[in-house]
Amino acid sequence: MIASDQTLIVYFDPPMEEGRAEARHLQNRSALRAHEQVRKLLVLLQDEPVPGIRNLHPAYGSVLVKFDAMRLRHEEVEEILRGYLARMDSVALPEPRVVEIPVCYGGGFGADLNDVAALHGITAEQAIELHSETTYLVYFLGFVSGFAYLGELPEELVTPRLATPRRQVPRGSVGIAGNQTGVYPFATPGGWRLIGRTPIPMVRAESEELSLLAIGDRVRFTPISAERFALVERAWQ
Amino acid sequence: MIRVLEPGLFTTVQDLGREGFGPLGVSASGVADAVSLRVGNRLVGNGEDAAGLEMTLLGGTFLFPEGAVVALGGSDFGATLDGEAVELWTSFEARPGQTLRLGPTRSGARCYLCVRGGIAVKPFLGSASTHILSGLGGHEGRALRKGDVLEIGAWKGPEVGGSIRRGRVSAQALEKLAPRKSLRVTAGPQSDWFSEEAQRAFYESTFRVAEESNRMGIRLEGASLKADGGRKEETGGSACSTGGGEMISEGVALGAVQVPESGMPIILFVEQQTTGGYPKIANVISADFHSLGQLRPRDEIRFERVEMETARGLLREQEELLASPELVVG
Repeated sequence: MIASDQTLIVYFDPPMEEGRAEARHLQNRSALRAHEQVRKLLVLLQDEPVPGIRNLHPAYGSVLVKFDAMRLRHEEVEEILRGYLARMDSVALPEPRVVEIPVCYGGGFGADLNDVAALHGITAEQAIELHSETTYLVYFLGFVSGFAYLGELPEELVTPRLATPRRQVPRGSVGIAGNQTGVYPFATPGGWRLIGRTPIPMVRAESEELSLLAIGDRVRFTPISAERFALVERAWQ
Repeated sequence: MIRVLEPGLFTTVQDLGREGFGPLGVSASGVADAVSLRVGNRLVGNGEDAAGLEMTLLGGTFLFPEGAVVALGGSDFGATLDGEAVELWTSFEARPGQTLRLGPTRSGARCYLCVRGGIAVKPFLGSASTHILSGLGGHEGRALRKGDVLEIGAWKGPEVGGSIRRGRVSAQALEKLAPRKSLRVTAGPQSDWFSEEAQRAFYESTFRVAEESNRMGIRLEGASLKADGGRKEETGGSACSTGGGEMISEGVALGAVQVPESGMPIILFVEQQTTGGYPKIANVISADFHSLGQLRPRDEIRFERVEMETARGLLREQEELLASPELVVG
């Protein structure tokens, strides 16, 4: 699908069904399959770069491909990508890394934790347990540098985003929105409900990987105390 | 060396940006009006991608303790060198100890200062561009402040097409490259989510550039363009839906005109988010990107639909003009 005069989008999204509860599990599986396709295309394009393709913006079930419009036409890019797509079955995805992220939940670290718990009729402790007992998948990085969209939250924690976004969210804040969770790598505006904060930097300008998380990683959050938060934060300074 | 005596309203180091880091959520960033920076660099004999200073609405005051060959491009900020007016789009020499002073804009949003050798900063992901939101790149990842000192890079002789003598941009070229208020667009990936009525409102009415526009996005005020959701309405049943009436997030292109629930369109700009969950009604063509960089708050703009073939032709024409030896005259 053409997106602009220098981009096109490859969709792997399964066709949308009406949001019936019983269809949810099935949709979840096909969404994961679509995401695998996204990663495979990314691996292929990074291993065998196409001259003239300048950038890739992966998301849940699609990849935006940006190319040099002085060198390539949409039809040419499409044909090249078709060739890559035909070879996707042969791509083996690496074993996912598991990344542990320490989080101090609630209080001044997660201003919305009590509201979230109250919305679901559970205690703050139960909300923390639910959030930290799940292993999440990094669907993609977007919004700002190093912001990972993690899925999926346990059903009991699925919460709409704030009606009015905050003008400034503290760096390292752990938020939830819909059935996603994520960590704000920088102090930015944001509409996700904040339940905690991590003392470790998500973006490290001096490191080669830049971002702590990469697409396809698995993530677990470990609850820590405010004292531990202060210690770890100091160690990173 | 350049000493920043006054930084101006919002002045950053920019080059043509960093491509290839979309998978990390890093947008290309880079100069808001690439045509002006590229032409300015040619005037001082640099390669097109050398870093310069991007000034916004109000320019700064800069001292050149060791002198420099300088050119200004983009909008007219009423520049003077030691009190003498200097022309836009013309290279000139600042002698050691001279001060270049710029004021408020007399035309568009941005003015560019290019120096022979370029502004030397430590590159971040291969580019000198400042990315404000993440505080990375450019000069310490931020806008310039009073007292900052910038290094000028070593000049390795004229690049292909670059001039070593005093030069100015031909009047004919300037006319062709002049920023537009009628922005040409191609259809967006979700154009068909919008009713005929919304489409008509988009192409037939005038929009005003909102105050809170910046390098991330140009916010518009005017006719409301609510998408009716069309064939793919998000029901919240799928994995990682964003809730509300939004669609599933996908990669977004530079110049995409996205329409959030408020119905007020936003044009995604150089420091854009790499993905987004709002339907896009249209996309500004590449040949008009530089015009976006000269839009000021309260400017009135319109959108004009063109076919993809026209968009390609206009880009080719612009690139040929920028590469032509006739661009700079002696």
